[in-house]
Amino acid sequence: MAKPTEFRVDVEKALGKTEIRAHFRKAMDTLMINRRNQFPDDAALQALRTQAQAIRANALSKLPELLQQLETNLIKNGVQVHWAETTDEANQIVLGIMQKHNAKSIIKGKSMVSEEMGLNHFLEERGIEALESDLGEFIIQLDGETPSHIIMPAIHKSKEQISALFHEKFPDIPYTDNVDELTASARRILRDKFYAAPVGLSGVNFAVAETGTLCLVENEGNGRMSTTIPPVHIAVTGIEKVVEKLSDIPSLLSILPRSATGQPITTYFNMISGPRKPDEKDGPTEVHLVLLDNGRSRIYSDPELLATLRCIRCGACINHCPVYVRIGGHSYGTVYPGPIGTILEPQKSGLSVHGELIQASSLCGACGEVCPVRIPIPNIINRLRYDSVRKDTENTPTQEAGTRRKSLEAATWKAWSWAASTPSVYNFGSKTATQLRGLVPNNLGAWTSVRSAPKLAEQTLHQQLKTLGVDHE
Amino acid sequence: MSKARANILQRLTAVERPVVDLSARESLSRFDWDKAERIRRFTERMQAVRAEVHQADRANWLDTVATICQQKGLNNLLLSPTTEWGQAITQNAERFPTLKYYERSIEDWKQEMFYEVDAGLTSTLGGIAETGTLILWSSPDEPRTLSLVPPIHIAILETDKLYSTFAEAVQEQGWLEQGLPTNALLISGPSRSADIAQVLAYGVHGPKELVVVLV
Repeated sequence: MAKPTEFRVDVEKALGKTEIRAHFRKAMDTLMINRRNQFPDDAALQALRTQAQAIRANALSKLPELLQQLETNLIKNGVQVHWAETTDEANQIVLGIMQKHNAKSIIKGKSMVSEEMGLNHFLEERGIEALESDLGEFIIQLDGETPSHIIMPAIHKSKEQISALFHEKFPDIPYTDNVDELTASARRILRDKFYAAPVGLSGVNFAVAETGTLCLVENEGNGRMSTTIPPVHIAVTGIEKVVEKLSDIPSLLSILPRSATGQPITTYFNMISGPRKPDEKDGPTEVHLVLLDNGRSRIYSDPELLATLRCIRCGACINHCPVYVRIGGHSYGTVYPGPIGTILEPQKSGLSVHGELIQASSLCGACGEVCPVRIPIPNIINRLRYDSVRKDTENTPTQEAGTRRKSLEAATWKAWSWAASTPSVYNFGSKTATQLRGLVPNNLGAWTSVRSAPKLAEQTLHQQLKTLGVDHE
Repeated sequence: MSKARANILQRLTAVERPVVDLSARESLSRFDWDKAERIRRFTERMQAVRAEVHQADRANWLDTVATICQQKGLNNLLLSPTTEWGQAITQNAERFPTLKYYERSIEDWKQEMFYEVDAGLTSTLGGIAETGTLILWSSPDEPRTLSLVPPIHIAILETDKLYSTFAEAVQEQGWLEQGLPTNALLISGPSRSADIAQVLAYGVHGPKELVVVLV
């Protein structure tokens, strides 16, 4: 037997952690119910999904023009725009801005792109403190972990674990497992940090090309604090987050929080169109936007894979995934877990790195059904499975296409395909199989470790139909 | 211009673009709710996320705000002296806690702003009934932090500026034609989080309490 891969080892471990599995089950059940309650009228939901899909598809169809329009309008508004092909370039840009201001620390609002960049690690290696201020991100940073969910990063932790963690890291604060008190402690600690921070960082949910506006969706106010209090604000985003018009925003804002947490709207929707003006009394005096490619333009070149870039990062696919709920977010070993991670990560980093994820799907279709922008996630999983074994690798932008092709498997399928399309061979084969049905062993390795062995029928389908008098030709 | 920019744009423009069906894109969501219904829905949504909503009118709103300040035991109230509301409160200062005015840049009084202000009072540009939302545009008179840093945010909303949906507000108020401010905000309740074991907690980074006075 081949040595199990890191992914399989992690999955095995995660499946054994029954307590954490129970947290995920409870949390995902709540999120699914909350979402369903937000869409009582299915026809209205389907119309809104179609609209959101059209808005995002339109933006992608004009992506290079909209990025240039966004840049022009942001510069007009006083925002400095930077472009990065790789995460390393993006990190260097952030570092450069910080060095210019002689800044030794940065306070962060929640940003998955900054996770993608590995920004915290990069800055810490260079002696700069990067502090997360989203409550969930703050908690997992205390414990040296990464997010296990894109919108609820600390979902894998229980109240008791968080209470113990706070007590360990802040021994001056009396032990409590009261959530209000824990939250109040975090508020006090982070208030002082916001007060002193020279630079704040945020992600971007939508960037409006027409007006040069960066939109942020959040509940806590960490996004507002990070983009308002420090004198310098750096926003980082993927190049796909742009939309054409201001009038595109209300529909996306309507479907995003309802799909994500089942809220009709988040507490704050923050639309930033520039730094502090001379007559204004607060807000950052400098605003920067870093536009990150990191493989997105490669995904863009394929008409089928392009749909991946419609994503608005709501996490509904994750919340509804039967695989995610069982193995949790960390097993994926990626920045983005769940179905969206399954299709995005192998496209970003190549099939040899995270290609195994595309096998970790039952193709049940739940992700595609709930996606607010109708990304056909199961189809893209299938496409990537095909990419991973295809021979004509020049016809796909996916990196390391064909690297999972095994000659025996390929020959088997080729033989099967020939047999299935040659009636005489097929009939002979299936009749022989029914006659040898008693020889199928009860132990079929991994398959029968959790299932009973399949039993072949006594008669082939053709024979059965003939007996029933059905004309199947 | 940077090499990264040129490379990214070159890759994006080299692609044959998909044809997109845009028929669904332009539909504008709005409802024919009358004023009473808009107020009812707004109030219901706000209260569902633990915001307070007080009904008042042009004649008695000052009493309402004074009572709120008293009930919450505020030692001081931060506001702009130039808005219609700020002017009226200033003229009746004896009925209110110590009034603080946002007259300097935040750098000049950050310590006090962060740790000594009990509540901030703002006007609003309007409201949204569907989601129970306040619209605030930052301005030299009413800066961004006025509704963010103090632990209590008191907002005055004129009910004739209550729209059914966000889309309707953007269109009716002509946001595009006016040009956006440095910071436009939708606020739909007090600051909250469910990041600890999905238990709702209020006042994480923004105000713990949001009080809306309908006028």
